[in-house]
Amino acid sequence: MRPFVRNLIGLVGFFLIWEGAVRLGLVEAEFLPPPTSVAARMVELLGTQEFLRDLIATVLAWLIAVGLSVVVAVPVGLLLGSIPAVRTSTRLLIEFLRPIPPVAIIPLVMIVLGSGPDAKIFLAFYASVWPILFNIIYALDEIDPLLLDTARSFGNGRIRTLATVALPHAAPFAFTGLRLSAAIALIVTVSTEYLAGSEFGVGAFIIDVATTIGAMDQVLAATVVVGFIGYLVNEALERLGRRIFGWSDTVRTENAALAQTAGVA
Amino acid sequence: MKRLTGFVQRWTVFVLAVVIWQFAAAAANHPFFPTPLAILEQCRQLWFTTESGSFGLSDYVFEDVLPSLARLATGWVIAVVLGVSIGTALGRSRTGMQYVGPLMAFFRTLPSPALLPVFIIIFGLTETMGVALIVFGAIWPILLNTVDGVRSVDAVKTETARSFRTPRTQWVTMVVLPAALPKIFAGLRLSLSIAVILMVIAEMVGVTNGIGYQLIFAKSQFDITTLWSWIVLLGILGYVLNLALLAVERRALRWQPTRAARR
Repeated sequence: MRPFVRNLIGLVGFFLIWEGAVRLGLVEAEFLPPPTSVAARMVELLGTQEFLRDLIATVLAWLIAVGLSVVVAVPVGLLLGSIPAVRTSTRLLIEFLRPIPPVAIIPLVMIVLGSGPDAKIFLAFYASVWPILFNIIYALDEIDPLLLDTARSFGNGRIRTLATVALPHAAPFAFTGLRLSAAIALIVTVSTEYLAGSEFGVGAFIIDVATTIGAMDQVLAATVVVGFIGYLVNEALERLGRRIFGWSDTVRTENAALAQTAGVA
Repeated sequence: MKRLTGFVQRWTVFVLAVVIWQFAAAAANHPFFPTPLAILEQCRQLWFTTESGSFGLSDYVFEDVLPSLARLATGWVIAVVLGVSIGTALGRSRTGMQYVGPLMAFFRTLPSPALLPVFIIIFGLTETMGVALIVFGAIWPILLNTVDGVRSVDAVKTETARSFRTPRTQWVTMVVLPAALPKIFAGLRLSLSIAVILMVIAEMVGVTNGIGYQLIFAKSQFDITTLWSWIVLLGILGYVLNLALLAVERRALRWQPTRAARR
């Protein structure tokens, strides 16, 4: 059997069991609606203007947050990472800031910024800045001294060494950080809309249908749509990364980056 | 000597940052941004007032902090046990992942906080709900990393073990799992931080005690200093948990040649 066929059997089998369990009454359809009705609701939702508006609000906030975090994290990471004294002295500060989960500051951000788009953009930005920042600092810390010494002995100055040796070394790590950031930012955006009672956004939609009409099929449908967007973005970034950074040892980079950013999500 | 200067440097900058924060907050005198000293005093009052508590700890510690930790630990440990055992089985099997791989990729991408309403309606506003949400969110990194790690056992080890006719249980516990450990630990750390997030979210919405509940409560009372105190506690909690897991990891992976060489 080809792997693809097995993939298909697994997926179809799972949905059949789920559908069957609901149809046979093992699970209440009100609690856990069958996949057919979730799929139907999903198609329906994607045709309604209100849901699309919520979806756009979420995706826009998310894009802005990720963009901002790249703009901030890359220069700060290069600055903190390339000067050893700065790197060691700021480590403790970062170690203390990093483990504060973004959801913990939702109430505070709500008081300061309200529950509009600024709040969710700020929170998603806060959550997604760490993986990129951390990966760059880590990459610059791990760089092979032989490379730096070689560059220096050829008469390259500090700036030139940074641009031609350190930057290319750090880029794949930063990119892995970006992938993690994008995933985290999407979840934080939706959670904030959900917990802060935003006016627009998929999170706001979910809490709305859950509390007013208790329509779990719509909750699940909206969640799957968000999951699907996250999946597509991750897949696209992964392919892009493989294309741009095909020369670097991606597996190693991935592991190191994952281990470093583990505490951030 | 070099380590000592590094240590001094780190703490100097940290203390300096806190001092700057103290003066900036005192100068700004903004109700939303209390000074660190005020937050510290609030922390002391919240958790270490002895009048009603025991062991020098207040009711908040026993009725909110410890229940939160219990939820977190229960959910995370269940996720670890399930994730590692299912992951090992799937990693050993030649075709298992081909059947369930895409399904798991699908589950992993679902934003678990958004599934809270579904968990609430299935389990009600109960203790089980929070734990179930934590398990659902935290299990995927562990499971998928275990599969990866188990697959990375090299062929020489496999063949050596086979030629000695190593019994299956010994083969799994003494060859496969140790080889998979570095990957598993990476998954454990990721899942631990996910578990903390889901604990807070579940408590904000679903239950009436715990750190998340106290955060929302302080917000509704506009008690900003208390709000900051709980945030600080979560920061310390995350830091300590990560540190503890790192210590366990270092101890468990001491035999690894690459790690020994690096130190």
